[in-house]
Amino acid sequence: MNALTKILAAGLTAALLSTTAPVSVAAQDVAVRGGQVWTMGPAGVIEDGVVVIEGGTITAIGPASDIAIPQGMEVLEAPIVTPGLVDAHSTVGLTGYLNQFDDQDQLDDSVPVQPHLRAIDAYNPHDRLVQWVRELGITTLHTGHGPGALVSGQTMIVKTRGNTVDAALIEDGTMIAANLGAWALDRDSSPGTRAKQMSMLRQALTAARGDATEVEVSDLVRSAFVQVIEGDTPLMITANRMQDMQSALRLADEFGITVVLDGAADAHMMLDELREAGVSVILHPTMARNEGELENAAFTTAAVLAEADIPFALQSGYEAYVPKTRVVLWEAGFAAGNGLAPMDALASITIDAARVIGMEERIGSLEVGKDGDVAMFDGDPFEYTSHVTGVVIEGEVVSRSVR
Amino acid sequence: MQMMKAAMLAATAFGAVMGGQAVAQETPIAFTGATIHTMTGNSGMGTIESGTLVVHNGRIIAIGGADTAIPDGAEIRDATGLVIMPGIVDTHSHIGQVSGADRSSAIQPDVRALDSINVRDSSISRARSGGVTTANIMPGSGYLMSGQTFYMHLVDGNSIERMAHTGDDGSILGGMKMANGTNPIRETTGFPGTRARSAAMVRSHFIAAQEYCSGERSPRDIGMDAMCEVLDGTRLVHFHTHRSDDIMTALRLRREFGFDMLIQHGIESGRVANEIAVEGVPVSAILVDSPGGKLEAAEANIETAATLEQAGVFISLHSDDNIVDSRLMFRQAGIAVRGGMTRDGALRALTINGAVQLGLEDRVGSLEPGKFADFLVLTGDPLSVYTDISETWVLGELLFDSTNPEDLLHATGGHGAGNPQMNTHVLEREAHMLEDAR
Repeated sequence: MNALTKILAAGLTAALLSTTAPVSVAAQDVAVRGGQVWTMGPAGVIEDGVVVIEGGTITAIGPASDIAIPQGMEVLEAPIVTPGLVDAHSTVGLTGYLNQFDDQDQLDDSVPVQPHLRAIDAYNPHDRLVQWVRELGITTLHTGHGPGALVSGQTMIVKTRGNTVDAALIEDGTMIAANLGAWALDRDSSPGTRAKQMSMLRQALTAARGDATEVEVSDLVRSAFVQVIEGDTPLMITANRMQDMQSALRLADEFGITVVLDGAADAHMMLDELREAGVSVILHPTMARNEGELENAAFTTAAVLAEADIPFALQSGYEAYVPKTRVVLWEAGFAAGNGLAPMDALASITIDAARVIGMEERIGSLEVGKDGDVAMFDGDPFEYTSHVTGVVIEGEVVSRSVR
Repeated sequence: MQMMKAAMLAATAFGAVMGGQAVAQETPIAFTGATIHTMTGNSGMGTIESGTLVVHNGRIIAIGGADTAIPDGAEIRDATGLVIMPGIVDTHSHIGQVSGADRSSAIQPDVRALDSINVRDSSISRARSGGVTTANIMPGSGYLMSGQTFYMHLVDGNSIERMAHTGDDGSILGGMKMANGTNPIRETTGFPGTRARSAAMVRSHFIAAQEYCSGERSPRDIGMDAMCEVLDGTRLVHFHTHRSDDIMTALRLRREFGFDMLIQHGIESGRVANEIAVEGVPVSAILVDSPGGKLEAAEANIETAATLEQAGVFISLHSDDNIVDSRLMFRQAGIAVRGGMTRDGALRALTINGAVQLGLEDRVGSLEPGKFADFLVLTGDPLSVYTDISETWVLGELLFDSTNPEDLLHATGGHGAGNPQMNTHVLEREAHMLEDAR
């Protein structure tokens, strides 16, 4: 019996999700009671805990015996309650679920370097995959441009609700997405080699630093790189082969910029270098296909990174075919089945994911003052056979479906 | 037809179906103290607590409770606290770098998957580490008929012949891959441009086959010879079909020509579950993590297997490796349960049901005396994410052992694990072609 199962065995006592909705309370006000509340914050796991959300924000959390739920407030109940899940890197909303030419907006490959393409100009909050991941507990997405070009564009952070991108948006221009390695090569043109990829990135960053001579870049392109140079915007570099990951670290070192390593399939082969570089990793989906650039990928890499004390989060990533998106709940569960401690697995899709995308002050754990984002489960969140039974975003019950 | 074939195969002597498969195991091995899910009987899991399983010369020779007689001189393996169950029968897989039809025409029953499979490809070891011991390896679906499939027995073999499931006449067993819907529709000459055209081309070919097969069969046509096997019910049609209207078209063709059919994928089969049940046609289903990725998968969900089960459809689960990795078959069964399927049904869908669908239930799919010693040793509940496969035994040989670092590499990945022992660019190109064709 693993640690998580023990915790569960002790605490699987709470009742089913109850849905009594009084009319006197605002839509952003709700209380969530859990047989266990896994706060992912300093309070740890609270037995028979309650989270009170008012005006979209958590106003109280603690054991049910200590917390007074305001009169008339709707109370949701579930055996296990966690923070709303955070997907540290997705393309949902830009990569439409039908996967047709006209709903794929994660990549324009007319030019290899386009850091000025904004995710907000492409996000479709009504794409079915937004609802799909929301009902499976994901309340925050770091989404945007995908791999496949040297610099494909910007990312942003949204909540998985809202009628418009503005309603969903938490932060615009979170990172600039770059890609080293085979996926971003253009053998018929440029960059046609890995060395050329680095040359082009170095040239662009050199220009942004101000010591370039004549470089043909538009103001928008240049200003995007200036943000990177000035430390305002991290460069998220998708690199899976060790040589490409090392190139990314070399670039960070040369320009003093913040690089977040994305993909990082070979991470288990260069743990010391990653730790010394102090870089954050957004690891490929645990169940990503074990081929090509991910030839050395392992189900156990998340556990290895945790063991090595390298900060990481899990991602759903970009999928070109079926399934059109992965689900971080399931990727974290599979990591838990492959040696990652269950609480570390949950951290990789809550508080650690929030840290990697710079949102830990607002989301990723259940603490007073943070967003009222909650996921509810009828059992161990990581078991294949458990269900998500409810999802709350900023006090709004956005799903009562059993998924 | 399915039942008739089952009866015919059951009548063949167990000894006769061995084919060319060599057996190394001369000392009986007895596993004791295990929870054994035998998957025997018509329902449930046939579970034996504190069970004993004895295997010898590649076969199961005894199975039962703690009082089961163990032969003198047997090697005894204490499996207390462990779970033993049959190896997985994956009814739809693309491991082994398989290919089939080329772009020369839409209907190519003459090509055989067995002529294309690289038995050294690492995908086969990976599948074994995931508990797969029998797999229906298929060509792609970018054709109305893309060729003959291959029923692989995942023994430690160096050739297709050694890894084949064979009939009592020594013939290599497999089915026929067909497809409808969008995948076969192409602008290429010789390919259909619409669904109606697809059906018309298939009908014409079956009518030509009826004439050929009832005549002198001269001059010989190897494609038509395979069609005769389809028409006489000895070669199962694996019909890739997704949308509910396409499923109904496949059922219509089957009614017209009387072939034996297994619906493959059936993403929208839940919408016509009763229609499928009425015709007694089985389904080999796949559950993916999200809808879409292609138009025909737009309605994908995790409830389909449960819907089919409730309608009384005979169902197996498949990987379509690498749409779902072969190592995720237990996970898929777990997801099926999440979607409402019974636990019994989900485990039967991984084992005995697939064996029956492929007509191999006389030798695999359940743990019974006389059947192949194809079984798995698990650390716990097969449907738990925390359970590991400790051992995969095929024909009485231990072919995956999680304590062996080289084997573990296949199970969990790592440096070189995905290397197919060939130029990866070539493999990627092939993978993309396969993807195009799906």
